[in-house]
Amino acid sequence: MKQEDAKDFRSLEPRLVLTGITKRYPTVVANEDVSLSVRPGEIHAVLGENGAGKSTLMKVVYGVVKPDAGTIRWEGKYQTIANPAAARRMGIGMVFQHFSLFETLTVAENIALALDHRVARDVLAANITEVSNRYGLPIDPERLVHSMSVGERQRVEIVRCLLQEPRLLIMDEPTSVLTPQAVRKLFETLRRLASEGCSILYISHKLDEIRALCDTATVLRNGKVSGTAIPKNETNESLARMMIGGELAECHLAPREPGEVRLQLENLSLTTLDPFGTTLKSINLTVRSGEIVGIAGVSGNGQKELLAAMSGEAPIDDAAAIRLLGTAAGNLDPAKRRRLGLTFVPEERLGRGAVPPMTLSYNALLTGASHGMVSHGIVRSDSMQKFAQKVIERFKVKCGGEDSVASSLSGGNLQKYIVGRETLLEPRVMIVAQPTWGVDVGASMLIRQALIDLRDSGVAVLVISEELDELFMISDRIAVIAGGRLSPTRRPAETNIEQIGVWMSGNFDSGVPKEAEAELVPT
Amino acid sequence: MRIASPLIAAVAMLITGFLIFTLLGKEPVQAFYVFFVKPIDTSYGFSELLLKATPLILCGLGLAIAYRANVWNIGAEGQLVMGAVAGSGVALAFGESNGAWVLPLMLLAGVVGGILWAAIPAFLRTRFNTNEILTTLMLVYVAQLILSYLVHGPWRDPAGYNFPQSRMFGDAELLPLLIQGTRVSWAFVLALVLAGAAWFFSAKTFAGFRTLVAGLAPAAARYAGFSEKRNIWLALLISGASAGLAGICEVAGPIGQLQPTVSPGYGFAGIIVAWVGRLHPLGIVLAALLMSLLYLGGEAAQMQLSLPSAVTGLFQGLLLFYVLAADLFIGYRLKRTDPVVKQPAPVQAAQEPA
Repeated sequence: MKQEDAKDFRSLEPRLVLTGITKRYPTVVANEDVSLSVRPGEIHAVLGENGAGKSTLMKVVYGVVKPDAGTIRWEGKYQTIANPAAARRMGIGMVFQHFSLFETLTVAENIALALDHRVARDVLAANITEVSNRYGLPIDPERLVHSMSVGERQRVEIVRCLLQEPRLLIMDEPTSVLTPQAVRKLFETLRRLASEGCSILYISHKLDEIRALCDTATVLRNGKVSGTAIPKNETNESLARMMIGGELAECHLAPREPGEVRLQLENLSLTTLDPFGTTLKSINLTVRSGEIVGIAGVSGNGQKELLAAMSGEAPIDDAAAIRLLGTAAGNLDPAKRRRLGLTFVPEERLGRGAVPPMTLSYNALLTGASHGMVSHGIVRSDSMQKFAQKVIERFKVKCGGEDSVASSLSGGNLQKYIVGRETLLEPRVMIVAQPTWGVDVGASMLIRQALIDLRDSGVAVLVISEELDELFMISDRIAVIAGGRLSPTRRPAETNIEQIGVWMSGNFDSGVPKEAEAELVPT
Repeated sequence: MRIASPLIAAVAMLITGFLIFTLLGKEPVQAFYVFFVKPIDTSYGFSELLLKATPLILCGLGLAIAYRANVWNIGAEGQLVMGAVAGSGVALAFGESNGAWVLPLMLLAGVVGGILWAAIPAFLRTRFNTNEILTTLMLVYVAQLILSYLVHGPWRDPAGYNFPQSRMFGDAELLPLLIQGTRVSWAFVLALVLAGAAWFFSAKTFAGFRTLVAGLAPAAARYAGFSEKRNIWLALLISGASAGLAGICEVAGPIGQLQPTVSPGYGFAGIIVAWVGRLHPLGIVLAALLMSLLYLGGEAAQMQLSLPSAVTGLFQGLLLFYVLAADLFIGYRLKRTDPVVKQPAPVQAAQEPA
């Protein structure tokens, strides 16, 4: 049946044809002679590493960026797309990787702001509920955005686009924050849209997803088209070769006996003041020296609260509920916990993990003050710069040097910088939230390997991630957080994605599903 | 462009001023000359420029540190008044003792007076989460009433023919003059030195870095473990201290005694100075000179053009208005929403992710 679908749209006239698109920036050529075409009902992948020019190309289509050369043909007519509003009027919608939502407004207010026409409040709310339910992305229109998790915010962005009934939908790295089940749901949504005749440009570097979802693919490397493919006929390896021009690096988790307990959570409970927050219910967990413990879960199930409690951003009264290297630390502030040897990579990079308008050097100072960057209250710029250079070099951060401001880096590169900074601060315990969100394949492997190296050097590492593949790849033990409760931990070999998926729904007692039991025997 | 906006604002202010002078029936070129050139075309006039710039620099420097830390101290005027009161209190308490230590003690008391007055909103904010914009502003009026009570009551000069003012300060209680024959004292040099110190604090010290982070990215400050309370205290106390110093330098300088009014709104003008100066010490010194010129020009316009004194405030207000507007339009542009809209839609700032 899928085959026939494919034939269907192949006979149609392309809806969007890009020819020879070139966009130069002062220091870099973002796109060079890029051509692609998308037909009605086609899901077309644009594949490439960070900085390969995917986002620039999409911004050209959405009218954010004007190309220096090349033509755009839309529904048979040559067009120049002056701005995003023009693109929306033509029927092009885009879901950005970085959200543009006002945190102090509700979902409905945010969507109202982005609409080009004014719609009565109750009508809009009803539309939002209807569309979001129809496409399996339930959201409450009256909720305030600041209380929503990253995953939930993305739903708002998607629904915002769908309300305008686009004929071409551009999705920029949409699955980075979703659970496997949610990804499946999103794919259903996208397939339904496609079957209704909507064209979809799907930007990603996740090869499995592209092979599962997309009909055709255009691969970009260094701003140029390095190949086109029918993803179903390719393997991950062949796609990766087109994308990075070489073999994919791998990371290895050699079995290792963990040492003493370094991070211990004992009956950690936290009643949140946030009306949309999650209350943590007696969480127990130990992380030992030389092991990586992964926590899976759908965003909005208490990860934010748990991370803030562990980092010290939201200290708790019961000091003994959190022990860092044996010290009761529940009531300590983040600076004191850092002095005990904790480092932490938060979920938000800009504005929390890094100060956007400050240089990378000063962003090293943000958490590195006790590492020789300050003496007698005076900032030592030389050691600060050296540290920043070291992070940039070790973690292959693409930037204009240590004096570039943090906000000028792409999301993936800034993530590399922040993970690198927290790693090189020589932690004894490291907590990492979403280590590779929005980071390309090559860099993800680099970050994962860095975490594994830390573990091998005896650091206790706790990773909270929504990417199950990642957790299975790097964790010694995996737990699931759901509804503010934490499941027991399991070795990856003792469980599987299905069981973790069931646990994610909050049902920890269902035990091991049948197939999993069967799998347990041979291993 | 961020640096250009004060210049754009100054030009826009001049154009508006031109229109206002014309509407008021004054010959605009002549009025401009009287307002902006004549006050400083003599060396005495120029010294007055430095004189009036001094408290503006001092207030602006402290406020800039607070604003960069995202703490909104609007009450430098009150802290200035309390600095003047506390410093004068020392002078009056010791009589005309002529000791060399009296003046330093007065300056110190002025600083402490400003600090104590700023400590009240700091305490209220950190303890009860009270908005410091309101408390600092309200305390301005409290400070002015305290001053008024003192000069009408206990501190009134018995030999002063019942005028509401303290006795004149003696030589040992006055700041030495920088240039003889003018009214400029060493306070101006002190203000320049403190501008250098403020730059050093923000650019080179870790404490300064922490306040910058707290202002630019509060979540990053929390993440790094920089205490929010410490930030609020530090920002308010620094701005209070510098405003208090401005106050004592006025009464121990050009005024020479405690009067019911010790400042023509220097504390409020300091807010404008801080913003027009881009919260940077060098910019603040330049902006203070410009604001000082507006004070002088306003006085000249009263005397020679028979314009009301409100003209000074008018120009100050225009300047701040245009700086804020220039900042906004450098970052954003107006966008017409779809014409089919029946009711006027809210003006949407163009914020497409770039």
